[in-house]
Amino acid sequence: METDKNHLFDNPKNVKWFLYILYGSCAALFILDFVVHRHIRLSWGNLWGFYPIYGFVGCIVLVHVAKWARTFLMRPEDYYASEGKGNQSVAELEAPLCVEEKSVEEKRSTKAGDHNVDG
Amino acid sequence: MWMVEIPPFVPFFVGALIAAVTHGLLRNVLMVSIPIISAFHLSMVPEAVHLQFVFLDYQLIPYQVDKLSLMFAYVFHIAAFIAIIYSLHVRDTLQQVAAMMYTGSGLGAVFAGDLLTLFVFWEFLAFSSVFLIWARRTQRAYVAGMRYLIIQVLSGIILLVGALFYAVENGTLAFSYIGLDSFSGCLIFIAFGIKCAFPLAHNWLTDAYPEATVTGTVFLSAFSTKVAVYALARAYPGTELLIYIGAAMACFPILFAVIENDLRRVLAYSLINQVGFMVVGIGIGTALAINGTVSHAFAHIIYKGLLFMSMGAVLHMTGRINGSDLGGLYKTMPKTTVLCIVGAASISAFPLFSGFVSKSMVMAAALENGFNWIWLTLLFASAGVFHHAGIKIPYFAFFAHDSGIRVSDPPNNMLCAMVIAAGLCIFIGVYPTALYALLPYETGYNPYDASHVLAQTQLLFFAALAFVWLNLRGVYPPELRATNLDFDWFYRRFFPNLLQKIFSIIWKKDKAFRQAFLAKLSRCLIFIAQKNDGISVLLSRTYPASSMVMWVAVTLAIYLFLSFIH
Repeated sequence: METDKNHLFDNPKNVKWFLYILYGSCAALFILDFVVHRHIRLSWGNLWGFYPIYGFVGCIVLVHVAKWARTFLMRPEDYYASEGKGNQSVAELEAPLCVEEKSVEEKRSTKAGDHNVDG
Repeated sequence: MWMVEIPPFVPFFVGALIAAVTHGLLRNVLMVSIPIISAFHLSMVPEAVHLQFVFLDYQLIPYQVDKLSLMFAYVFHIAAFIAIIYSLHVRDTLQQVAAMMYTGSGLGAVFAGDLLTLFVFWEFLAFSSVFLIWARRTQRAYVAGMRYLIIQVLSGIILLVGALFYAVENGTLAFSYIGLDSFSGCLIFIAFGIKCAFPLAHNWLTDAYPEATVTGTVFLSAFSTKVAVYALARAYPGTELLIYIGAAMACFPILFAVIENDLRRVLAYSLINQVGFMVVGIGIGTALAINGTVSHAFAHIIYKGLLFMSMGAVLHMTGRINGSDLGGLYKTMPKTTVLCIVGAASISAFPLFSGFVSKSMVMAAALENGFNWIWLTLLFASAGVFHHAGIKIPYFAFFAHDSGIRVSDPPNNMLCAMVIAAGLCIFIGVYPTALYALLPYETGYNPYDASHVLAQTQLLFFAALAFVWLNLRGVYPPELRATNLDFDWFYRRFFPNLLQKIFSIIWKKDKAFRQAFLAKLSRCLIFIAQKNDGISVLLSRTYPASSMVMWVAVTLAIYLFLSFIH
């Protein structure tokens, strides 16, 4: 088992190397565009750098749109957690109504009783 | 041979029964052996109608085998086998039984030769799978499961009504091409669409799947939506509307996935995105497109299962699944990390991984048929899926900032299941001929064309570059503890609130009305009573009514007595 200090990406050098490899691959792939002969039906596909640019720009647009969407879609983590409470509040809302109904009933019945008994 | 007549759902339903009454090692052995035996049995079944009978003047075909259904059945067996191994450590009979019933129902649905049988298994799928959500045994899971069940059952009811209309219109219940020309066709389309997580009907999935148990989600991710994809592929191939629906499905979930914190919910969104590709394929409807859909469903079930398994392993070991709580897990969960990356590479369609050989068929079909804008949309979705599922999932769970959590890799059975799934992802990617041989049509498609490999690699590497660039600049949206509103807001918040307000107004009005009415009534009664008092001063003012009753009784008794004497 490795100790906690020497994990692969704990060393910033390794992270840098990893990124350099990525940059290198990207550059190589971009250059390959000029070397490999494409036979793709679509005219856009033949434009040099179409796929790299589309992938890069597409993702940046995606992330910016998503960030913008956060401004109106984001709510606190427990936003829906009050669902249960919401139901309870409905029950509570109903409860006093029921009580009131009952009290009305009671009043009515006592009144009715008054009438039934002469005097 | 009589064995042929046993539909594949039977072994699984028997398995559910066995799971209910056994436990421990015996149950594990039996559970693992059922998909193996069933798959072996299935491999011998020829394409034909194997079971049919007449019911109320309609020909029912509960078991019909063709290439399309076989393909789904094979992958359902693989998924079940992997998921069962993944859940061997679970000591919860409810989950084991529900999982077997659910798998059996999925198989029943793909072999259904008529709409009534399809409806029965459609509802079975709903009722068996909801227990995998409820088995989490939390309040959240319970309410999410309820919502899931309501929507699923609704889909089933619409299917039933559609099927009845279909039977009246066509005089048959046979499940074949339906199309959107008739009313019944539209109803059935909606029913399939709900289960397929079409836009605006998709929230049952993103709501319920992340609330299910660790192992339950792996089962869930495999069957429900894929049964719907199968049903659409059989009933609506070449329906142009599906192309646009599919393109929308492929795109909009990516946005939610990028900002979502719960990593299993991110996967649920990316599941919709992947199903979008399949739906586009069905909409195009050519041999290549249908092949693409079927093979993508095949590959997808395996790699999506792998991703859900790896996130399940994280949840199982750490008890957390939010990206904001995780990070740095690669240090102590190296195997899970590697397996997750294999799943991520597959879903992103890297060359030599399974997604590459299946998704590209749908894309190629879109180009071939002149849907250039759809192709561009799908290309964007491909880059997007790499962004949120391919990079985000492994990055925030296993790398990113060190959360300080130090847990080991999950139990061996979980690792074993993930290794099998990862192996299949790579196998399909490296040797696609094995997959293509099973497809319904012969198209001679070759994914490993130099320009295709280069294009896809460029797209993905530059998408990765965009991620790195955004991250280094600090622009990438951080994982935040938050809830993101989606369409479910309408039925979880807006309509309940609206109804509550409407009803509170109705109740108030009703209460006021009744009180006014009662007041009127009592005034009337008082008025009548006063009149009565005025009239009856002489006779009964001070006597209670009971005394009058008594005297009437006495009088009657005297009459009776006199009649006896007489």
